Amino acid sequence: MSAPLLEVEGLSTTIGAARVVDGVRLELARGETFALLGESGCGKSMTALSLMRLLPPAGRIEAGAVRLDGVDLLRLSEAEMRRVRGARLAMIFQEPQTSLNPVMRIGAQIAEAVRLHAGAAAAVDARVLELLRAVGIPDPERRAREYPHQLSGGMKQRVMIAMALAGDPELLIADEPTTALDVTIQAQVLGLLKTLQQQSGLAVLLITHDLGVVAETAERLAVMYAGEIVETATTAAFFAAPAHPYSRMLLESLPTADKRGARLAAIPGRVPPLDRAFTGCRFVERCPRALARCVEQLPPWHEAGAGHWVRCHLWDADLVDTATVAEPAVAEGEQVPVGEDAAPLLEVADLKVHFPIHRGVLRRVVGQVRAVDGVSLRLRPGRTLALVGESGCGKTTAGKALLQLIAPTAGSIRYQGHELAGLSHRRMRRFRKDLQIIFQDPHASMNPRMLVGDVIGEGLQALGLARTRPERLRRAAELLELVGMPGAAVERYPHEFSGGQRQRICIARALAVDPRVIVCDEPTSALDVSVQAQILNLLKDLQARLGLSYLFITHDLSVVAYLAHEVAVMYLGRVVEQGRVEEVLERPRHPYTRALLSAVPVADPRAERRTLRLEGDMPSPSAPPPGCHFHPRCPEARPECALAYPEGRAVSATHRVHCILVEAEG
Amino acid sequence: MGALLGRLGEAAASLLGVCTLVFLLIHLVPGDPVAAMLGEGARAVDQAELRAALGLDRPLWTQYLDYLGGLARLDLGVSLHSGRAVTALLAERAGPTLELAVAALALAVVVALPLGVLAALHQGGWIDRVAMGFSMLGAAIPNFWLGPLLILVCSLWLGWTPVSGRDGPLSLLLPALTLGTGLAAVLARMVRSSLLEVLGEDYVRTARAKGAGPARVLWRHALRNAWLPVLTLLGLQFGALLGGAVITETVFAWPGLGSLVVESIQARDYPLVQGAVLVIALAYLVVNTLTDLLYLALDPRIRSR
Repeated sequence: MSAPLLEVEGLSTTIGAARVVDGVRLELARGETFALLGESGCGKSMTALSLMRLLPPAGRIEAGAVRLDGVDLLRLSEAEMRRVRGARLAMIFQEPQTSLNPVMRIGAQIAEAVRLHAGAAAAVDARVLELLRAVGIPDPERRAREYPHQLSGGMKQRVMIAMALAGDPELLIADEPTTALDVTIQAQVLGLLKTLQQQSGLAVLLITHDLGVVAETAERLAVMYAGEIVETATTAAFFAAPAHPYSRMLLESLPTADKRGARLAAIPGRVPPLDRAFTGCRFVERCPRALARCVEQLPPWHEAGAGHWVRCHLWDADLVDTATVAEPAVAEGEQVPVGEDAAPLLEVADLKVHFPIHRGVLRRVVGQVRAVDGVSLRLRPGRTLALVGESGCGKTTAGKALLQLIAPTAGSIRYQGHELAGLSHRRMRRFRKDLQIIFQDPHASMNPRMLVGDVIGEGLQALGLARTRPERLRRAAELLELVGMPGAAVERYPHEFSGGQRQRICIARALAVDPRVIVCDEPTSALDVSVQAQILNLLKDLQARLGLSYLFITHDLSVVAYLAHEVAVMYLGRVVEQGRVEEVLERPRHPYTRALLSAVPVADPRAERRTLRLEGDMPSPSAPPPGCHFHPRCPEARPECALAYPEGRAVSATHRVHCILVEAEG
Repeated sequence: MGALLGRLGEAAASLLGVCTLVFLLIHLVPGDPVAAMLGEGARAVDQAELRAALGLDRPLWTQYLDYLGGLARLDLGVSLHSGRAVTALLAERAGPTLELAVAALALAVVVALPLGVLAALHQGGWIDRVAMGFSMLGAAIPNFWLGPLLILVCSLWLGWTPVSGRDGPLSLLLPALTLGTGLAAVLARMVRSSLLEVLGEDYVRTARAKGAGPARVLWRHALRNAWLPVLTLLGLQFGALLGGAVITETVFAWPGLGSLVVESIQARDYPLVQGAVLVIALAYLVVNTLTDLLYLALDPRIRSR
């Protein structure tokens, strides 16, 4: 290997009293993709910002060297550093929505980057269009004159990439570049990065929490935990045999189809605070194989294979034979066979939710957003029905309409034979006890000024199930124990808890009134994978113990594969395919379902390459394409597809598909 | 374009509402408005005469149509006190008020903008603390105290400026300073907090990641966004200034709308009160509509809504 492009040595960064990056060492070759992998708060983004010298005001680089082609960036003056930023070293960020200046045209923002680094001002406009074309933006002349809010999220990230490419950088730092995007759009953006890299020999430092993205894009990787790197390896070696207990637990906490029926390996506890000195391994408190020396001595680096290094005492010479021993297999949770043939508890037929679009002074109705446009579902007792789709497909609206939190425009929702659609608030109340909801963001869904006990007890009070406060608090404490929290938490405020703990509190709140159905609206998408595993385990346990039915709204197909019994795939307000999970995920028939499945990055570099990539964005639900809504993006579309929305065709007794290419079963 | 028309339509609707409310004002006076105008013990003949002169003896809706017709001809009736046309009196006073408002606003912007920007750029440093200390002081001092204090120091002790009245550009200085101080204080705070918020935004980080220097980041990226909330405040404050700063105009005997309102209320000159209220409301409406239109020009996100 020739001299590395980037060499980071002993990099330490503090924010206030916290040492968020501690002694990080990295090497990147030209043209290489290197992933820095870790959960939130591990210091991966701060490492990236340290390289760019763009830390937030309280941040300070305490020590280390960052050599780009042999020049230490940390020793440059700020003016010299500005000539490096955007020119030799460029960066794109997680949130394309907020990373572009909202009051500047796209073209002007790219032109700025071009001018800052091109010597002559000549041909700036031509260069802008060339860059927009290079990142695959159709009609670049028009787009250059538009403002960021007129572009979709995927387009904005392409613009960010165009801007980063403006100075012809040698290294691109991509900080969670696809985390805010839908999977089909993520596949587009990752594909674009790969293509650009092959064309220009760009090296990419990919910062991510997503093991699947790493497996599909990176050549080498490093795992960060609590501010330091604990393992570094080639991607193939890492996924074949992760060496650090933390890495191994991360992989085991991923939900997948083959873990159905088993509990996920959740990592107990939380990342230690970084404002103190460590005497031993930082992972020791959460490590199932911790030894006495792990508490007392800093673990040294050991070589676990060619180019595979790990910082762990289990690889000490006297223990190395046991280091690779797998953890004891997790106990098989028993499958709950209840409900497969039982009568549906909740039956939704042709549900529609349309939102009028108002225009002009008189607020006339000029159109309808067909958020949910004819959805039919059946939820049986003790079962989990997943409603899956990308953002804007109407899945959340459908969930809320089901609980009458949004008034449906048309359709029927029958709960145990009772029609819920159109019920008055008063008459709906008696069903509120049975039908509960858990929201996506556990930070925003609790009143910060209420004690946890009162948050949980509010439903009991509102429905008159527990009249006195002591009675409610006692019940709240029992519920907290049920979701694996100490009962004493009733006396504390929501902000005192971590994201995972708050989601447990939200689950306890939903359980307070002893419901039969819980609508779970993306309950784990704001959480790290190891915490997600805890919550998924808990939901599974509760279902087994209490016979709950879940309507599980999610965009994450691996969660569906792990948790759900039935699944309905939504696109633009309609269900395009539904059936039992094995049928839909293993033998998908609708082209959209197949594209969605092939876009999900798999945390296994040996997995077969994807073949289907969707072009373009999802159209607006206010003007869905005629005929089959999916046909403009469908790789298999035929002229007939534009004529009429396809009727549902039964592939089996339980599996229905809305696509004319699918032959109905005899 | 649609947004522009919509905004102008809204302004027109508000205008009609304002006119109607001002028309009804005279009928909201408890008891008989004519008796209230002439005072107790007026002769019945005089009352009847005034009632006929004001048209108060006719049905409400004819009065309303007459009133709107008058508005269309820019005829707001005649002042009871001086016998002159209300529009003429208002026109006389509007000039000085506009002059004072513009001067006060200009003073406030010239002081507050750099102060707020400097404070934000040196957040937590001594510049920030001094600037915000002055701002706190400026907001806390009432005009009825600051005005006389300025007169005492600048006019009586130093003899630099006239004590009161409107006589040459120098006479504008003290009232403008009095009004501008409080405004500058609020504005500086707003500029500071708005800029601080914008400087923490992702797109500012993006600009720095492109290699943009601090001046470019501030002028091209941060200030253009930080302006937007400041503009709203500015519009509201300017509207209020146009309404006539009653206390300041009284302290300095400034012949503006504010002092006219005080005089006309004291004289129970209802047509004049009505006219003054209409003009003040109108000024508010115009300034805020202009602010909104400016917003449309500056913020593309609102344009497409």
